[in-house]
Amino acid sequence: MALQNMEQLNAMHFDVLREIGNIGQGNAASSLSQMLSQAIDISVPSVKLLDFNESVEYLGGPENIVLGMLVGLKGDINGMMLYVLQKSFASSMLKSVFGKEISDLTELDEMDLSFIQEIGNILAGSYVNAISSLTGLTIDISVPTISIDMAGAILAVPAVEFAQIGNSVLFIDDSFLFTNAEKSADNNEIKSNMILVPELSSLETLFSRLGIEV
Amino acid sequence: MINIGIADLNTTKCPGVLATYALGSCIGICLYDAELKIAGLAHIMLPWSKDAGAGADNNMRRYADTGITELIQKMCAMGAKKYRLTAKIAGGAQMFSTNSTVFNIGERNVEAVKKVLATYNIPIIAEETGSNYGRTVFFYSEDGIMEVRAATKPTKRL
Repeated sequence: MALQNMEQLNAMHFDVLREIGNIGQGNAASSLSQMLSQAIDISVPSVKLLDFNESVEYLGGPENIVLGMLVGLKGDINGMMLYVLQKSFASSMLKSVFGKEISDLTELDEMDLSFIQEIGNILAGSYVNAISSLTGLTIDISVPTISIDMAGAILAVPAVEFAQIGNSVLFIDDSFLFTNAEKSADNNEIKSNMILVPELSSLETLFSRLGIEV
Repeated sequence: MINIGIADLNTTKCPGVLATYALGSCIGICLYDAELKIAGLAHIMLPWSKDAGAGADNNMRRYADTGITELIQKMCAMGAKKYRLTAKIAGGAQMFSTNSTVFNIGERNVEAVKKVLATYNIPIIAEETGSNYGRTVFFYSEDGIMEVRAATKPTKRL
């Protein structure tokens, strides 16, 4: 049976996506930890399928200003990944590297943005490497492009793609815990929301490589 | 205030206000019958209903052609006359800069909306489309004003 839309994914498919996320997140955490000279703990990523309106609420409402980072996937898997980062994510990262406090995402300058872009590269590269190492599939990722704007407007980008294949948005959310060995009260948990928009045939390729029926 | 979600539409009479939030590549189409002060707003996300994929659901309000057609029918059922309708449109942005043609959906939406309105002979009397930022639209049935708000741009009243 060929996949026609995301609603056909079952619990086993979600387990696979979660496990890939788990490996990817682990790789991302160790890269970020080196880059930021900061201890980072992780928990199991969450994978969920939400409809568009739920997705908007999940990301803080349509007019909530977020940082969207879009990464294209090419090769054995085609599609895109969209990271939706809240102000808290950007400010934690910028604070730990530049000691910079930001009050609003729209204040970010060129240097901040290229730093965030590098983090996007790490997050996306880690996830894609996890897929490759499990399946042997070859996937190239594009340089991330950034948009800082209303969550609803940014979410419409994957929604337009999903609209051809159903009505749901696939989230794979990572959670990084910045730990402070001396002061546990300073532990800071930050989350990244990633929306995976694979072509359905690519998703079939992925699952069949792992010996899972679609 | 009547809030219209993505791929949805609604109408109101004076003094009602219609709103739709965070249009990116989507388009808000505001139709107005100035004589009866009947206002309608559709929030479409894709150009043509015939391009729907096999797995897509059958929400016809998602597409420019079928969405605008339904909005006109709804307004006419309230007494509006098709020949009196005027249009104001907003949205159709490209949120991410990339060379890929897949992403110029905003531009294709604007083009489709204009074609569909032209087939109904509805003039577009104001337009705030394109560029790379999200827009929120309020449409006032009292005077037919379309108010466009953006995150880092001044509010426009058209």
